[in-house]
Amino acid sequence: MEEVYINSIGSISAQKTFDNNDFLEEITTYEDNILPVIDPNYKEYIPPAAARRMAKGIKMGVVASKIALEEAGLANVDAIITGTGMGCVRDSEKFVTAILDNNEQFLTPTSFIQSTHNTVAGQIALGIGCKGYNFTYVHSSVSFESALIDAIMQLQLREAENILVGGVDESGEHTNAIHKLIQYIKPEKINTNKLLQSKTGGTVFGEGANFFVLSNIKQDSSYAQVIDVKTFNTMAKSDLVSNLEAYLKGNNLSVADIDVLISGNNGDIDYDSYYADLTNGPFKNTQQVVYKHLSGEFNTASAFGFWLGAKILKSQHIPKAIALNAIKTKGLRIVLLYNQYRGKNHSFTLLRQC
Amino acid sequence: MSDLKQELKEKIITQLNLEDIAIEEIADNDPLFGDGLGLDSIDALELIVMLDKDYGIKLTDPKEGKKIFESIEIMANYIAAHRTK
Repeated sequence: MEEVYINSIGSISAQKTFDNNDFLEEITTYEDNILPVIDPNYKEYIPPAAARRMAKGIKMGVVASKIALEEAGLANVDAIITGTGMGCVRDSEKFVTAILDNNEQFLTPTSFIQSTHNTVAGQIALGIGCKGYNFTYVHSSVSFESALIDAIMQLQLREAENILVGGVDESGEHTNAIHKLIQYIKPEKINTNKLLQSKTGGTVFGEGANFFVLSNIKQDSSYAQVIDVKTFNTMAKSDLVSNLEAYLKGNNLSVADIDVLISGNNGDIDYDSYYADLTNGPFKNTQQVVYKHLSGEFNTASAFGFWLGAKILKSQHIPKAIALNAIKTKGLRIVLLYNQYRGKNHSFTLLRQC
Repeated sequence: MSDLKQELKEKIITQLNLEDIAIEEIADNDPLFGDGLGLDSIDALELIVMLDKDYGIKLTDPKEGKKIFESIEIMANYIAAHRTK
């Protein structure tokens, strides 16, 4: 089986991540419970005629993918695989609101066309003229990992050479209002520097697009090797450590081999205990990294964690803003990512320096 | 009539997301489709819905739309003559 490499990255997030030469040198702190992305100049990447019908998620996805393709030196890829939890939720909200407000009359086509979950992958394909495999996974907080697994299998089996993989989710006003009502979003605005020390339930929501060119051909510019990804729809909390140890063993690794643990803590007192079981348990002597105080929580926030893992391995540097503990390991070789949302849809991802 | 033309230009810019175009840039006789404003068939559907919703004009024959949406001038004349609200 072929090995799989992350050959390039493109990220649009609540931090200034769209410039691949930067690595969280400047941190934007928010006093809020919903974090917007820091927008690149979309007009530099998308012609105005094409952009006028694109919702935010589409623009973010198209631009993040263009940044990744440019860095990989590719004009096209063999396949485009995206993951999204909510798809183009803003246009979905617009379309459904119009149905209600206009008593099921006067329905306009644009928001309907743009409201589907696979619009982002479709628009990227149209933009670059990619007629290859085009797939979108909508699996809640393992949407990105599902896309990743699909790409890894195709690359390992040499069914493709270069695959554009990404996670994208946009923030929708109505969806956020509902999540505030059920307190999945914290009712109080919070300083994001203090999010992970929060003692209340719920989290801070965000949005973003993180795209990668994965390939079975290593380049000088490659960021890391993807060793393995595993997802669990449900998992008893008591099984987390044993499942993780079995996962590592399946990859001929043990806890001691992990140089960095990237943990998906989101400041929700009811569910961060899953992460604490690892950070205070078998990984208490491992260098630990967190990121959702920078990105916010969304269904494909783990793609931002994946971006972080790739950047850490390539740069061999861990910015201060993401360090969870004071342990500093030299020679960062293997990174483990663990993510879950509200106790469901867990994922383990292993990256190796290449 | 000039108020209606102004209103139509504002609506077209807002509803069709022509964010880079200012009202002053649309002349009354500029073609809306093709070489003019560059609108397409999806925009035509949006305009048909707008006529129905805002002016009470139901277009049953799509060919009719082609003539009515030729320019702001023609559109405004048609609306003024047929509007029910």
